[in-house]
Amino acid sequence: MTPPSSGRVIAPEQAPPDSAPGSRPEDDLRVVGTPFRRVDGWAKVTGQTRFADDITFPRTVHMRLVRSTLPHALIQSIDTSKAEAMPGVVGVLTGKDMPEPFGILPVSQDEHALCLEKVRFVGDPVVAVAALTEDQAADACSAVKIEYEPLTTIASVDEALETPEPLIHDYGDEGNLHKKISLQFGAVEDGFAEADEIFEDVMFYEGNTHLPMEQHAAVAVPEGGGRITLYSSTQTPHYVHKVLAKVLEMPASRVRVIACSVGGGFGGKSDIFNHEIAAAKMALVTGRPVKVCLNREEVFYCHRGRHPVLMHLRTGFTKDGAMVAQHLKTALDGGAYGSYGVASTYYTGALQTVTYGLPRYRFDSIRAFTNKPPCGPKRGHATVQPRFALEVHLDKAAERLGIDPADLRLNNLLPPDSITANYLKVGSIGLGACIRAVVDGSGWRDRFQALPHGRGLGLACGSYLTGAGLPIHWNHLPQSAVQLKLDRTGTVAAYCGEAEIGQGSDSVLAACVAEVLGIGLDDVLLCVGDTGLTPVDLGSYSSRVTLMVGRAAIQAAERARDRLAEAVAEKLDVPAGRLVFAEGRVFDSASPDDGLPFAQAVQRAEEKFGALATTGSYAPPRAPGRYRGSGVGPSPTYSYSACVMEVEVDPVTGLYRVEHVWIAHDIGRAINPVLTMGQVEGGVYMGLGEAMMEEQVFRRLPKSRSNALVHKVPSILEYKSPTFHEMPPVTTYLIEDPDPEGPFGAKEVGQGPLLPVIPALANAVFDAVGVRIDQVPIGPHMIRKALEDKAAGGEGRYGPKTFPDVDFGVPLMVPTPDEGGDGRATNTEEAGVRKGSGTMTDGVGKDSKP
Amino acid sequence: MMRLPVFRLHQPESLADAMALVASSDGETRLVAGGTDLWPNMKRRHQSADVVVSLKRVAKLSGIRGEVGEEVRIGAMTTLAAVASSPIVRAAYPALARAVESISSPAIRNMATLGGNLCLDTRCTYYNQTEEWRTSIDFCLKEGGSTCWVAPQSPRCWAVSSSDAAPVLCALGARVRLVSPAGEREMSVAELYRDDGIDFLTKQPDEVLTEVVLPPSDGLRMSFWKLRRRGSIDFAVLTAAVAVRRKDDGVVSEAAVWLGAVASAPVRSGAAEAVLVGNSLTAEIIAEAAMATRKVATPLDNTDFTLQWRSKMVVHYVEAALREIAGLERERLVPNHAM
Repeated sequence: MTPPSSGRVIAPEQAPPDSAPGSRPEDDLRVVGTPFRRVDGWAKVTGQTRFADDITFPRTVHMRLVRSTLPHALIQSIDTSKAEAMPGVVGVLTGKDMPEPFGILPVSQDEHALCLEKVRFVGDPVVAVAALTEDQAADACSAVKIEYEPLTTIASVDEALETPEPLIHDYGDEGNLHKKISLQFGAVEDGFAEADEIFEDVMFYEGNTHLPMEQHAAVAVPEGGGRITLYSSTQTPHYVHKVLAKVLEMPASRVRVIACSVGGGFGGKSDIFNHEIAAAKMALVTGRPVKVCLNREEVFYCHRGRHPVLMHLRTGFTKDGAMVAQHLKTALDGGAYGSYGVASTYYTGALQTVTYGLPRYRFDSIRAFTNKPPCGPKRGHATVQPRFALEVHLDKAAERLGIDPADLRLNNLLPPDSITANYLKVGSIGLGACIRAVVDGSGWRDRFQALPHGRGLGLACGSYLTGAGLPIHWNHLPQSAVQLKLDRTGTVAAYCGEAEIGQGSDSVLAACVAEVLGIGLDDVLLCVGDTGLTPVDLGSYSSRVTLMVGRAAIQAAERARDRLAEAVAEKLDVPAGRLVFAEGRVFDSASPDDGLPFAQAVQRAEEKFGALATTGSYAPPRAPGRYRGSGVGPSPTYSYSACVMEVEVDPVTGLYRVEHVWIAHDIGRAINPVLTMGQVEGGVYMGLGEAMMEEQVFRRLPKSRSNALVHKVPSILEYKSPTFHEMPPVTTYLIEDPDPEGPFGAKEVGQGPLLPVIPALANAVFDAVGVRIDQVPIGPHMIRKALEDKAAGGEGRYGPKTFPDVDFGVPLMVPTPDEGGDGRATNTEEAGVRKGSGTMTDGVGKDSKP
Repeated sequence: MMRLPVFRLHQPESLADAMALVASSDGETRLVAGGTDLWPNMKRRHQSADVVVSLKRVAKLSGIRGEVGEEVRIGAMTTLAAVASSPIVRAAYPALARAVESISSPAIRNMATLGGNLCLDTRCTYYNQTEEWRTSIDFCLKEGGSTCWVAPQSPRCWAVSSSDAAPVLCALGARVRLVSPAGEREMSVAELYRDDGIDFLTKQPDEVLTEVVLPPSDGLRMSFWKLRRRGSIDFAVLTAAVAVRRKDDGVVSEAAVWLGAVASAPVRSGAAEAVLVGNSLTAEIIAEAAMATRKVATPLDNTDFTLQWRSKMVVHYVEAALREIAGLERERLVPNHAM
């Protein structure tokens, strides 16, 4: 079968609305929607781009960190005297040099730049040493003597539940549980009572890490006047800026953070890291530029990757496959620190409602502290694990109910412009078109359940945020801003705090400005990711940049266009409304020969108004939820994806090969279709890695002989991630149904396409050999084991059997919109929950100023 | 960045000079060929040296001599890329070409050598780690510690022989030439190894492995199957190398069945060979021979994949390799490499 080629589909159900920001009638767009070479592409392929590790300054010294070799211990003493006396050493720091705690979320200020009293995992940094060369710094690190008093270690959620003490942290909801949540939307038990069938599953998603090619690096430079500048490979310069000011105890106005081009982030560079703070402090102490480049093993210790999550899913269905009620329980293994964990915990439940109708829903969750590197956000954040569970669960339901899995989904799509049971406001939904595209493309109707034994097709869907609705530090300020400076050469300089992490945000920013002003991409000069020079953008996380930066850029460009139009209208003596900005000119639409080159238009406007600069900004609309926890999940708009995967499984060994992936993504509108397809394919690749082999796993030694708890394989050789050989052909469909909230109608693409890939594999394995693998990554031994089980008369399944017995107490009750709810909880006091919708801001620690 | 420790590097241009340097150097002295094993090991500080003598500039140690149907000699410093692309090797010893072509990545094969691959340090997930990591487990028996964490009751080290060339060369009856100031000797490749994760080579420290000698391959049918997670980069967790010579009537007269990456040395299955010899290569005989390898290998939990599953795969991989020789239909999913 020849698969149809990748392509773009204008969603048939809905004509593109004219209301999409920045939009003009479709054929009028000159830059947006046409494939173009990314603006940073040339520099990247020719090696001109300066990554953090490429940066050096005169008199730079090199820093290394001494990391804990114990998984959980009190620090009894630190002796740095020998290290300080070693050749080339210029500075040594310990925890007491930076005692102020920090964390990405105001509610989890539980980290220190260097450990103060205790260490919480193997790899936790304790001492920083700077020397004239990296070798000297490493040698001096070896000379540091640290004495520890070991503590009981906790390696899993189960152990955390069994071991309330010793506490890994002196805060949290209960014992070593960092977070415990119970939310109920509507009369869930009534829903189950109405169900024709109730299906239950327990599933497990192993943790994995981002594995960016670029290892984290930073250079801190002391500047005149008591200022400090930090260059870093970070996705979130704004948050690094805030934390540096806090921990260094300096005014934020004296701290500048510059996000270098990032060689892969995927969520792994959205926290603030110990080495960044320690380098800045070291630069202040020594008065010299300080450079730190982590090695691969240290990147595994920075982690902040996918949480291992155990899930229990119970859903009531009607016999035609509609969900009437669902109860999801999740248990997250958080690792040693909070990181984004509170948000992650909520995210394991938040987006279960945005794809298919789900009138009543209960969600319970715990996040445990364990003595392992902290988990956090990875592409899809913590929605990936429950999406895997839901999509496999639906596949099983479809089989038991005798409904085609594609139809089960198509028949129960959430309607556009819905408010879900948990109060997420959903706008456009291209999911139906996505499903139809991959069903048609893969020949699903003829081939599903019809291929020879060993060959199978699996289908799954997904959805993701286009930017988190709420900022991490709650405030009413814009979440993104763009400043434009127009000069007499016709160059438009765009200033924005966004961070280019390879996803193409620079290109999106340039394209939005160029489109509105009718100039070329080359005419837009970018200055980005510099907290000293650019207005705040919150950073490259939560798939927010295209929408929020795009909206801010459009507003700034439209304001500039209005100014130019006013001046040019006067000069040409035509109404400003008749002027067109295109092809580097401003001209009269009624008489296209009459006009000015763009540079002259700028000059006319400068004559009339003085120097030209405009601004634009964006803040998402307020979401309807008013209960505690409703802050996680809202987004200006949601992207949708559907995937069909074809797999060949060896029914004896369990080895398998993915033969083809068809994936459709509801992008709203592709600002750059080539970049969009690249992101979709990248998501498929990363999803396949998680589905097939990637796992961040740990090893204990026999407890009678050792207290060790170590990362099993912190190396890029033994942490398995797919190579070219494992990457199948991918057919990509872009579904374009412009959303009124998106710039030119665009939605996100950086994260969503990963989500359906993982369950599609599990479902395809079932179609191929008839066994259910209810956990990922799917190892060949699991398939073999399930096949052996089936041959012996068992259920033919591999996966977890039970969910831990946790008392979730009284859930916070929130009546659904259908039940007449107003988004508020009705039993806040009974549930023992504080009022308000904040989830990450309130609680322990000082609330930071915006 | 992982940094090499300080050491003295010699790059002699003759074998005699190399041996003289090894004999005269103070402190721990090592030979290096391509360096794709030693340098990372030294960066992680689980191998160390005061003096390293590189054989890179000893021109006589590179090259492939001989013809198809004759004895073929491959210099120890011949790169894996050169071995894999050699028309002689591809024609006369296709299983060797496949094995060598499957090793790691093109960049590594351009540096790594056949002799280096034969002398590859044994591997273990408790051992191939940084010094800091190994500090966290208080080191292991192979380097710096007193316990083999793979089998804590065991007095020996269970690190895994991970050379892909070794089991094939064993199956082909190849020999190696070792040269030292005291003289030269030749031994079979099988005799080069000892089933001990630490002391895994019978080569003496002052001996230089200079050449691999392959007997004529006329009438020999051979195959090599390799199990690993990915189609590139990874070391094997199981290899099956088989070679069979048949009489005119199709009855097997000679058979060699060797397994790699399941012990600290290549492992021979005499039982499987005995099933094959005197029989025709029917599906039934092959299945019986494969079953005979079931108890030969005892993989432990010190590589990728679960040990129980790896152990079960031995039979299937031997069977697949033998079926390929016999020209029978492929039943197993073919690994993503070199086939």
